[in-house]
Amino acid sequence: MNMLASYLTLAAVLFCVGLYGVLTKRNAIIVLLSIELMLNAVNLNLVAFSKYGVQPSLTGQIFSLFTMTVAAAEAAVGVAILVAIYRAKTSVNVDEFDELRR
Amino acid sequence: MNFNIQLTGEFIAFFALAVCAIVGAVMALNFTKVVHTALSLAFTFIALAGLYVVLDAEFVAFVQVLLYVGAITILMIFGIMMTKHQGEGQEPARPLLETLAAVGCLCLLAILIFAIRDADFPAETASLPADTTREIGMQLFTRMAVPFELVSVLLTVAFIGAIALAKKEEDPK
Repeated sequence: MNMLASYLTLAAVLFCVGLYGVLTKRNAIIVLLSIELMLNAVNLNLVAFSKYGVQPSLTGQIFSLFTMTVAAAEAAVGVAILVAIYRAKTSVNVDEFDELRR
Repeated sequence: MNFNIQLTGEFIAFFALAVCAIVGAVMALNFTKVVHTALSLAFTFIALAGLYVVLDAEFVAFVQVLLYVGAITILMIFGIMMTKHQGEGQEPARPLLETLAAVGCLCLLAILIFAIRDADFPAETASLPADTTREIGMQLFTRMAVPFELVSVLLTVAFIGAIALAKKEEDPK
């Protein structure tokens, strides 16, 4: 009877796939894309709860719109930082971005 | 429990779109070329937009296509074009790190699924208004007016910051 559990499970699977990508991939662009995937999984939860929660309301959908906006800002700044680092190091390998750690 | 489901139209649509989304996401991590990854994730985003339509969130689905499939994927493809990706897939594999990451992610997934199975979701007491897009518009400009304006300020600041970061620095003379 409960579709909500199915949606939450799908979101959990997508979130974990995104997390695995963030942790293992070395290409900075793939890392950024994986973060977008995780944000999308969260949005799916919000929209699912906005329909199947105890009190269905539009707040979940509106909140997911705000999340998408912040994700767009994050992607824009992320790609800009990536291009700036690429100019300095000629590489997009995240293992080489370790100046702050040395 | 929560997982006994009868075969309704909504479930069939959910199942097909969920398979598309998961396949897109997993394939994205399997591809060696970055462009293929970006396109595969665009496929996942389209499948998620379909799921939003199934969930009666037409406006969110529209914004998802516009923003994720349209803007973010194209932005990432521009990012791929501005950077070089020659020696991909030639780096030495890191089996220890990848195994650890896989085990950690699977543990998190197991915990989440266990929690979802265990949770008791009461049935919804009301239903969404029929015209969700109109209602979202009304709420955005009345109850959510302040966060809405703050988000527009955030977007402006982020895009100015992105331009300032990516701009070529002049040589100091």
